[in-house]
Amino acid sequence: MGSTLIEKIIKNNTGIDAKAGDIVTVNVDRVMIHDIFIPFVAEKFEEMGFKKLWDPDKVVLIYDHLVPASQVDDTRHFRIGDEFAAKYGMKHVHHSDGICHQLMTEAGYVKPGNVVFGTDSHTTTYGSVGAFSSGIGYTEMASILGTGKLWIKVPETIRVNINGKLPENVTSKDIILTLIGDLGADGATYKSLEFAGDTVENMSVASRMTISNMAIEAGAKCGLFSPDEKTAEYCNVTLDDTMKNLYGDEDASYCRVINYNAEDFVPVMACPSQVDKIRPVSEIKEIPIDQVFIGSCTNGRLEDLHNAAAVLKGKKVAPFVKLIVTPASRKIYREAIADGTLSILSEAGAMITHPGCGLCCGRAGGILTDGERVVATNNRNFLGRMGTSKVEIYLASPITAAKCALAGKITD
Amino acid sequence: MEKFKGRVWILGDDIDTDIIIPTEYLALKTVNDMAPYAFSPLRPELAGQIKEGDIIVAGKNFGCGSSREQAPEVIKALGIRAIIAKSYARIFFRNSINNGLLLIENPDLHDEIKEGDEIEVNVGEAIFANGKKYPISSLPENLLDILNAGGLVKAMRRLNGLED
Ligand code: SF4
Repeated sequence: MGSTLIEKIIKNNTGIDAKAGDIVTVNVDRVMIHDIFIPFVAEKFEEMGFKKLWDPDKVVLIYDHLVPASQVDDTRHFRIGDEFAAKYGMKHVHHSDGICHQLMTEAGYVKPGNVVFGTDSHTTTYGSVGAFSSGIGYTEMASILGTGKLWIKVPETIRVNINGKLPENVTSKDIILTLIGDLGADGATYKSLEFAGDTVENMSVASRMTISNMAIEAGAKCGLFSPDEKTAEYCNVTLDDTMKNLYGDEDASYCRVINYNAEDFVPVMACPSQVDKIRPVSEIKEIPIDQVFIGSCTNGRLEDLHNAAAVLKGKKVAPFVKLIVTPASRKIYREAIADGTLSILSEAGAMITHPGCGLCCGRAGGILTDGERVVATNNRNFLGRMGTSKVEIYLASPITAAKCALAGKITD
Repeated sequence: MEKFKGRVWILGDDIDTDIIIPTEYLALKTVNDMAPYAFSPLRPELAGQIKEGDIIVAGKNFGCGSSREQAPEVIKALGIRAIIAKSYARIFFRNSINNGLLLIENPDLHDEIKEGDEIEVNVGEAIFANGKKYPISSLPENLLDILNAGGLVKAMRRLNGLED
C-alpha cells in the first residue's frame, strides 16, 4: 500500500515506516519562536535545567506581534528575547523584518520535507512548501530547544483534490474558506490536509501559503502541498529525488477524499464570529462596514497587494472607510514600493503600516469598538480579536476586501 | 486511580483560545495576572465565580484557535480540577497535558447535566452525574507518563537529573 504525504515526510525524518495512528519521535529541523512567547519559553527552558540549545542554528526568533510596541510592557519581551539569544548563541533573530510565517519561508529557513514547529498555531503555513509544520505551546518548545525532538501521532489524511480553472475574482482564500465551511471548525482536528489537482499545481506558492495557513482553522495538524519547480524556486533549492517523491500515493489510505471543481468556487466570507460560518458574498451584500484590513500572514503578500491594487487603481475608498494595509514582510513592503503598488493603494486612501501582526491580533493600529464592522483578509474572526467583543469581523480575500472598501459595504 | 467531586460550569461548542484568554492580556507578567480575564469575551463574570476544584463541562472543539499555552494555564490558575468536553483542539490538548491539566472526553455528559450540578470523576474509569454513569477511556501511555510526572517541565527536569 502507498503512503500519504505526511507519512512520507515522517518516514524520511525518522527512518520508521510509520502509518497514521503510530506515535513516533521526530527529529526537528527548525523551530520558530515569536515575541509573545519568548519570555515563557526562556523561563521553561531554564526551569527544565537545560544548559545549552540542541542546535542554535536551527532556532529562529521573530519579533512580529509586538512591533512596533503599542504598550510599554511589550518591550520587556524584546529585552528577554535578546538576552536569551545572546546567552545561548542564537544568530537568527529578526527584530522588525515582518510576520513570522512569512519570514520562515521567505528567508529560507524551511525547505521541502523539513519537520518544523513554532509557538504559533499558523505554523501550518509551511506545508505550502512541502514541510510538515505545526504549532505547539511554549513548554514543548522549551523541551525541543533542549532535546531537538518531539513526539507526535502520525495523523490520518484528508485528501482534497481541486481541478479546473478558478473563476475571475476567486482566489485561494475563497477555496480555503469554502473548505473550512464544508469541514467545520473541527472537521480536520488531529488530521493532515493534503492538497492536489491541477488547480493547486497552477497556483503560486503565495496562494498555497494562504491555504496552508488556514488549515488550522479546520483544526488540522498540517496542510500539505507537494513541492514542485515553483517551490524549488521560492525556497532556492534544487529538488532532489527525496523531494520529488513527496506526494501522496494514489493507493495510500485516506480517511476522506474531497473533490472540488475549481469552476464552482465563488467569492465567500466567514461571517462573525466563526471561521466556519461561510456565506457567498453575493448573499450578504449591502451590509455597511467601517473598516477594511488587508494584511497578515494569510494575505499580506505581494500577490495580495497586487490584487487589491488592481481593484483600487485610480479610485477612492468610501470616505468613512478606514482601509489599513499591512505588507507581511519588509521584503514585500520594499517590492511593493518599487513596483508602485503602495503608491496606488495610498492614492486610493489606504493607510499603510509597518510589516507585522499589528491589527490581526488586535494589538495595534486600527482596533475597533462596539458595533463596528470590519472586512479583513486575515484568518480569524473570533470574538474580541480586533477590539471589543462586539466588533463584527468578516473574513475575505484581498480582492473582495478591496471592493468592499470602495463601496463602503459588503459587495462582490 | 484518583477520584474527586466538583461543581460544574457549562460552556458550549468551539470555545476558542481568544475567549479563554484574549490576546490583549497575554503580555501580562504572570498567569495569575491574566486569570481574572479568563473567558471575559463570553462571560466576564465567570473567572470571579470559579472556585478551587470546580469542573468545566463543554461541547466540541474546546480550545480551538491559537497555540497560547496560557489558555490551559489560566484555567488551572483559576482552580479548575478537570475539563470534560465532547472533543478538544489538538494544540490545546497537548498544552494541557504538558501542564498537568486533566482533560476527559465524553460525548454525552454535556447535554445531560446543568450548571451547578455536582459530579464525581473516577479518573480512567467513569464520571458519575445525577445517578448516571458515563464511562471514560484512558489516555495513551506516553501522555499518562507526562501527566503522572506532573507535566512536561518535571519530566524534563528528571531527564536532566534535577529530580527523581
Ligand atoms: S499575522 Fe495574525 S495570524 Fe499571522 S502570526 Fe500574526 S497574529 Fe498570528
